[in-house]
Amino acid sequence: MAPLLELRDLHVGYGWDAKSTTTIVRGVNLTVDEGEVVGVAGESGCGKTTLANAAAGLLEPPGRITGGSILFQGRDLLNIPAEEMRQLHLAQISMVFQASMNILNPVMRIRSQFWDAMKVHGVSSEDEAMERAREMFDRVKLPRQFLDAYPHQLSGGMRQRAVIALSLVLKPKLVFLDEPTTALDVVVQRSIVQMLNELRQDLGFGVMFITHDLSLLVEIADKIAIMYAGAIVEEAPAQQLYEAPDHPYTKSLMTAFPPLGSARTRMEGLPGTPPDMRSLPAGCAFTPRCPSAIEGVCDRVPPPEMTDGQAHRVVCHLLDQKGASVG
Amino acid sequence: MKNFLRNRKAVAGGVILIFFGLVAIFAPLLEPYSHNYEAFNIWQGPSSAHWLGTNGQGQDELSQLIYAARDSLVVSLLSAAFISVVQLLMGIFSGYVGGATDGVLSTITNVFLVLPGLPLLIVIDAYLKTKNTFTTITILTATGWAWGARVLRAQALSLRDRPFIEAARMSGESRWRIVTFNVVPNMFGILAANFFGAATYALLAESGLMFIGLLNVQTTSWGSMLFWAQNDNAILEPGGWVGLIPPGICILLLGVAFGLLNFAVDEVADPRLRRN
Amino acid sequence: MARLTASSATSSTRKGPALVSTLGTVGIPAGAEQGPVPALEVTGLTKTYQVGTIGKPKVVHALTEADLSIGRSEIVGLVGESGSGKSTFARSVAFLERPTAGTIKVDGQTISLKPSAGELRQHRSKVQMIFQDPYTSLDPLHKIRYAVARPLKTFDVAPSDQHPAIVNQILTEVGLTPPEEYLRRYPYQLSGGQRQRVGVARALAARPSLLLADEPTSMLDVSIRLNIMNMLLDLRQSQGLSMLFVTHDLAGASYMSDRIAIMYAGHLIEMGPAQDVMSEPRHPYTQLLRRAAPDPASHFGRETRFESRGDPPDLTALPEGCPFAPRCPQARSECRSAVPAWRNVGPNHKVRCVLY
Repeated sequence: MAPLLELRDLHVGYGWDAKSTTTIVRGVNLTVDEGEVVGVAGESGCGKTTLANAAAGLLEPPGRITGGSILFQGRDLLNIPAEEMRQLHLAQISMVFQASMNILNPVMRIRSQFWDAMKVHGVSSEDEAMERAREMFDRVKLPRQFLDAYPHQLSGGMRQRAVIALSLVLKPKLVFLDEPTTALDVVVQRSIVQMLNELRQDLGFGVMFITHDLSLLVEIADKIAIMYAGAIVEEAPAQQLYEAPDHPYTKSLMTAFPPLGSARTRMEGLPGTPPDMRSLPAGCAFTPRCPSAIEGVCDRVPPPEMTDGQAHRVVCHLLDQKGASVG
Repeated sequence: MKNFLRNRKAVAGGVILIFFGLVAIFAPLLEPYSHNYEAFNIWQGPSSAHWLGTNGQGQDELSQLIYAARDSLVVSLLSAAFISVVQLLMGIFSGYVGGATDGVLSTITNVFLVLPGLPLLIVIDAYLKTKNTFTTITILTATGWAWGARVLRAQALSLRDRPFIEAARMSGESRWRIVTFNVVPNMFGILAANFFGAATYALLAESGLMFIGLLNVQTTSWGSMLFWAQNDNAILEPGGWVGLIPPGICILLLGVAFGLLNFAVDEVADPRLRRN
Repeated sequence: MARLTASSATSSTRKGPALVSTLGTVGIPAGAEQGPVPALEVTGLTKTYQVGTIGKPKVVHALTEADLSIGRSEIVGLVGESGSGKSTFARSVAFLERPTAGTIKVDGQTISLKPSAGELRQHRSKVQMIFQDPYTSLDPLHKIRYAVARPLKTFDVAPSDQHPAIVNQILTEVGLTPPEEYLRRYPYQLSGGQRQRVGVARALAARPSLLLADEPTSMLDVSIRLNIMNMLLDLRQSQGLSMLFVTHDLAGASYMSDRIAIMYAGHLIEMGPAQDVMSEPRHPYTQLLRRAAPDPASHFGRETRFESRGDPPDLTALPEGCPFAPRCPQARSECRSAVPAWRNVGPNHKVRCVLY
């Protein structure tokens, strides 16, 4: 079965002209299957938001896709007319942005925003639109009367639920979530994540979940891709990634989240800062910060992709050198 | 500062301003004839003897134009300076100190905002017994400070609650030290922009009042040149255009210079406004 | 340089992250017990403020009757969600906001709730704050040297000729080496983590005995957070500083703190040794918080449904009695009549709940 979304060697750059373009996403290969939750984790500046925007067709200049392809249900999204892309948005592909609670129009009632969105996508009767909106509100556990409210009358968590309802109301097949719960408290976050899971099971959409919170991702994703400096350095099923990470960056991201309730042992963080995308070192971009970097190799030669033949792949010299196996 | 010098608007505006500044400073050396000398034939068109001809009073137009730069620059820049000082003080006392002081000062500001500017100027002016450059600057300052004061108050208010100001308090800094070293420097961008806005206001207000004849029209300024030109029927005379167009263009150019510098300061102070 | 990390070799038996340093357990340095005079002693701290329009005034009860002590060289984690009052607590102790009621004692000395300028300066020479946002807590127009050197002057820490040396020393203490490199830089030339270190340096310059850290890592990149937290732990070790670590992140609090205090709707509801509170939370709200926090280690192999009813209460209309009662699955009638008193549930572990 063809995957729902397939990114092949995707390159995305920022720049007003060819000379001054910085490549933010460097050759990403990633697939999302129907009903699958794929997590993309990395720190700020690693390119994960750019990746999501590009894959969802929401990239605006000066961002441009500079290479590779995006296939949605087998269709090449880079070569379809803009009008068709617009039709895909919300109906087939939708996105929940970071701090989404602030994307609602503050001077319109929520139900009008639903109607607006659905009108564009061919829902002809307002009654039908409202019925669908009410159904969605039930699913996200918001009282129906809040449809008549203005956004400021809802708390942050409720607004986020409303935005999620809006992004799902046309039952899209693919949903991008970019840090949907980062601005929320942990209790609200857990409720929303659980709700998203239930919705996914009901409605069967595929999810790309972008976040820097790896510990959250481990709990909710089917498979996780770790991004560093615009490229995926490791990808594995969630449990496997958690129990047996191979890439040094993945390991350090893991330790950045001290486990709850266990004995307090000191953990070491990563030195340095994320690289400047305009001047990446030759070889592996992680070399300056890597505790296991091999001089003469990691700083010169781009690392190979190693795989265990199934779902775990790592882009690193270390395994290559030691002849160790992945996972 | 470097950014400022690289900004095209800053350079353009700065060049014009410096040009006029130099003209004003060296006016006595630059003017071909004494600007007061009135015995030439009136309304002569441009010629090799009089590059811009003569005006309706028999004075050499170019000399007048050059000398008038002094008055226009002095009035506009000094008024802008005084206005800026008043605005800054109002902004700080209102916005940063706040409380009851803010209540009183805001009311005063609002009153001045509501009073219509031009009629107020005219009325005040009508009551003035002596009219000279100093009184002109005074009345322009008195009527031109209110709007900028409100802007600076808003900025001071927002700065007051910024973490780095709280951090300064935690570092044991006295209130006045914080105002002078932390608040005011961070207001410099808007302050500088306001300065040029005030300069524009002063320039145009003074020229306008001169033209109407309300200020001391014996002063040589571009505005008064327009007054006399109109008084001497420049529109009817064939050579009359020299009385109207050159001063008008100078006012325009200086105003544009102030405007460009205003925008440039805005852009440099707030990177989000830059557009290249 | 290739340090062997136990990745694939023992994957089948080991769960969880691989990097465990040999530095051992973190804790209060040997020999430094809780001295007789606590660094901070707060009783009944309350903060309210007025909002609302004329004719419809409302009172926000941001903080209600908070009692907390911090011992010498002790780190107390103050945990709560937004609106819980944790930041208000820290800011009230710092006198960035004027407390409405209560007593605050630092090093045994009470400070008046309306301190004079001199009293305030003395207070600030002992109690310093680290701010949350490294991007707005440094004046963008001043070099780093200014930020770190000023407290030396205002608090009269040492004669002026010694200042440059002390500044260098402090910058080294917070890991900004070589200090000369950083002195003449402006904040915009530093990364978030570096700026936060400058924030700590500035606080240290006053030579305080207590640091109030208001969510110092929440705006930093994930891989930097641990470095900053370790730096604070090292400072506690080397200088005997006491700290209040305010955070919404349970994991961070449990890593940093000796004791943890939980806040809800302006009230302190549970306090105890970090280990105890994390492994056996007693208050229903603490249990909710614990269950809600991402915890991969206990996640696999256990699918439990997370139930949470309602939202934290409106601080202008707090319910009678325990603020958590409206949401508590075990609420009883006595919960709604009065805020429960503190009850002991373990060594140094107490809870404000009728269930115990």
